[in-house]
Amino acid sequence: MSFINYSSREINCKLVYYGPGLCGKTTNLQYIYQKTSPDAKGKMISLATETERTLFFDFLPLSLGEIRGFKTRFHLYTVPGQVFYDASRKLILKGVDGVVFVADSQIERMEANIESLENLRLNLTEQGYDLDKLPYVIQYNKRDLPNAAPMDQLKGVLNPTKVPEFEACATSGVGVFDTLKAVAKAVLTELKRGS
Amino acid sequence: MSGPDVMFPEEQQQMSLVCQRLARDANAKAVLLIGRDGQPIAEAGDVDELDVTSLSSLTAGNVAATGGISKILREKDFTSQFHEGEKTHVHITLVGGRAILVVLFDERSSLGLVRLRVKKSSDEMVRLFDQVAKKAAAKSQPSILTEITDSDIDNLFND
Repeated sequence: MSFINYSSREINCKLVYYGPGLCGKTTNLQYIYQKTSPDAKGKMISLATETERTLFFDFLPLSLGEIRGFKTRFHLYTVPGQVFYDASRKLILKGVDGVVFVADSQIERMEANIESLENLRLNLTEQGYDLDKLPYVIQYNKRDLPNAAPMDQLKGVLNPTKVPEFEACATSGVGVFDTLKAVAKAVLTELKRGS
Repeated sequence: MSGPDVMFPEEQQQMSLVCQRLARDANAKAVLLIGRDGQPIAEAGDVDELDVTSLSSLTAGNVAATGGISKILREKDFTSQFHEGEKTHVHITLVGGRAILVVLFDERSSLGLVRLRVKKSSDEMVRLFDQVAKKAAAKSQPSILTEITDSDIDNLFND
């Protein structure tokens, strides 16, 4: 849930990067962290296992500038993608303002994408949200890999409601900021609409 | 219940005063008031060296995880937690189900004293949160959100 502080003149929002294991959620945040000026970001926190798989969440606080004298601050979270960590995923969705679904473009990961997207929808419902009413974008990551599925196939299966979608290669940064900007803009537009 | 969705200057000032009083009365190193979503609300004491944003997010995650445990055990929310360190100890309490009060203290204080002072401060904070909620519901103050235009949002994302 967004938090507007009229005293410190800040609008705070929470964005969650969701998707199957190893799809590149953490890599998205790492790229954003690397490419953002120090005054616009806080420390990036990764609660990961010894093998660097996300255990609970990654967290990156980011300032995107001012609107009408109010600083806009976005708290970026990732969820652990592994099926096993479903309880943790539910917790991280609490208070979410916008969602990025990071799909793994590799043809072998199609089933994992579908399962994760269904899991996202289900977990949001449990928290009292409807994915179709939330600011939500899809990122097709790993487009650079030779075994990437055709875009038409991915779009048809993962984006039937035609939300904004972006092709990406998070390791090189392609599409990372486009995705972030789109979801952040959608969140602010939704906040304004709901006021 | 997640955190508060708005805070007004008057209540913010009063929350800060309650935090300052708590820090003083409990001999604490620092006091942080955080929304359940991890948004920092107010702070007092020796916070210059602290990464308040990270602490807030991690504490909210910790409280959420503990809440998950309580659900599995069919318990109500665990309303307080205590972490004992070598030098710094951390006392975490839920405030009215919607915020988290964190007290950092060392050997100059004690868990008993912190608990005692936290109870009084929590009651005051609950009252202030109720006041904020009433004010927000009454829409007595114009919302910044109604003033924002589409071009304001577009301008934010222009390179």
